[in-house]
Amino acid sequence: MSKRVVVTGLGVVSPNGVGIPDFLNAIQNGVSGIRFMPLYEELKFSCQVAGTPLFDWEGLRNYISEVSFYGLKARGIGYGLQAALDAWTDAGNQIENDETDWDTGCIFGNSIADTEAMKNVITRVDNKEVKKLGSRVVEQAMNSGVTSYISGRLGLGNKVATNSAACATGTQAILMGYEYIKHGYAKRMLVGSTEHVDTYVFGAFDSMRVLSRKFNDQPERASRPMSASAGGFIPGSGSAALVLEDLDYALARGAKIYAEVLGGSSNSGGQRGGGSMTAPAPAGVIRCIEESIRLSGIKPEQIDLISGHLTATLADKFEIQNWSTALKRSGDDFPFVNSLKSMIGHSLSAAGSIESVAAILQIEHGFVHPNINLEDPNPEITNIIGNNCLPTTIVKTDVNIVAKANFGFGDVNSCLIFSKFN
Amino acid sequence: MTRQEILDELKKVLTPYTADKEALAKVDENTDLIKDLKINSANLVDIIIDAESKYNIEIDYDSADRMTNVGSCIDVISEKMGQGQV
Repeated sequence: MSKRVVVTGLGVVSPNGVGIPDFLNAIQNGVSGIRFMPLYEELKFSCQVAGTPLFDWEGLRNYISEVSFYGLKARGIGYGLQAALDAWTDAGNQIENDETDWDTGCIFGNSIADTEAMKNVITRVDNKEVKKLGSRVVEQAMNSGVTSYISGRLGLGNKVATNSAACATGTQAILMGYEYIKHGYAKRMLVGSTEHVDTYVFGAFDSMRVLSRKFNDQPERASRPMSASAGGFIPGSGSAALVLEDLDYALARGAKIYAEVLGGSSNSGGQRGGGSMTAPAPAGVIRCIEESIRLSGIKPEQIDLISGHLTATLADKFEIQNWSTALKRSGDDFPFVNSLKSMIGHSLSAAGSIESVAAILQIEHGFVHPNINLEDPNPEITNIIGNNCLPTTIVKTDVNIVAKANFGFGDVNSCLIFSKFN
Repeated sequence: MTRQEILDELKKVLTPYTADKEALAKVDENTDLIKDLKINSANLVDIIIDAESKYNIEIDYDSADRMTNVGSCIDVISEKMGQGQV
């Protein structure tokens, strides 16, 4: 029999807030986490701003052993460890654990393992100093590094895997954990994603000319999803994690329940019908949203809020059109729509999990966070949906059901439906 | 350097690799790196790299294989420093 799956723990490392209380305050007040990067100016990047968490690296000593901390350099692993362990303790669990926990697994995603770690490898090898690399490089250069650090710290003994689906990674990780519990294979799954957009990854995106370049002197205004003046996205870094739990298991241990995952879908447009390596096929996106709604057992009119992918590129208007087609709703009869990327930029693989944490906090605390920098909504968007659906200041209202979707390179889509727990 | 001086320095090299600070405080020549200090065997290579850098020596693979307890570490380090057995 299929199980109900609830969210019992949250953790976040976001450019506009590290830890749930700071992050909640930031998204309620429209606080930007986009900052000027002097190095990017020096390197002649077109985009010289980024979403960077104000992360206390030394603080990781409170999360992992001194031996593990010594030699840890990969920032993405650091972010992921902190978000995951915060979620774990938020769910009422202990970190110290001498036994293997066979009932709990971990699905944590990322796009690229640490390229700065790889730079060290390349430099040493090219300098004929391979003997100086030591034992700690491989574990941080491998894509499953973050998952290995998290599951090792907590002794997780169920399925432990790392997923990667570009910008759909975070949403997909949550969906994979959800499905695993729903089918009865695990009682709990620690899920999420992490991303450290380092100089080299940033540079590769910069060269594609898809980044915002006109607001380098006004970093907080640089990320402008759905606006007429949107000129590309701002890469961001960070991580978020959720503890997903079999409802019966959560109730039996008296856990606090933030929300329920009703269902979701992950698919691809197959890079056909308008889809390509970099653009989603409308048919795939629409099908993904429709399937999420159907599998969740809800009707489109029950959706109160869409947490969009909405990166601040030309794709924003197509995304809104796809939501409208999938929901068969338009004009003022449309859910609220917001994009967390207006505050923190686009943290690639981490986007889906950070935005999901934001979605759950909006359900928990009854508000819709503002879209900042939306002074000039794109008329091609407001032709489809009403202005009132695009709040620029916080709206305090009951939020029962949120649809959260992300779309990634490779024409991959992931959509989740979160609900207040009843 | 005397064996005691090398041992004192070696303790500093070992510090980041063991969580067992009590065992480290009581270190003597018979202390086994893996059994007594509970050092992860994968980290032995890092200890060798750190020792090479600290003493400005090169430790070849065969010598490294001998470095299983504190006494043998001191043997290898003092040999490579050109002091032979002290």
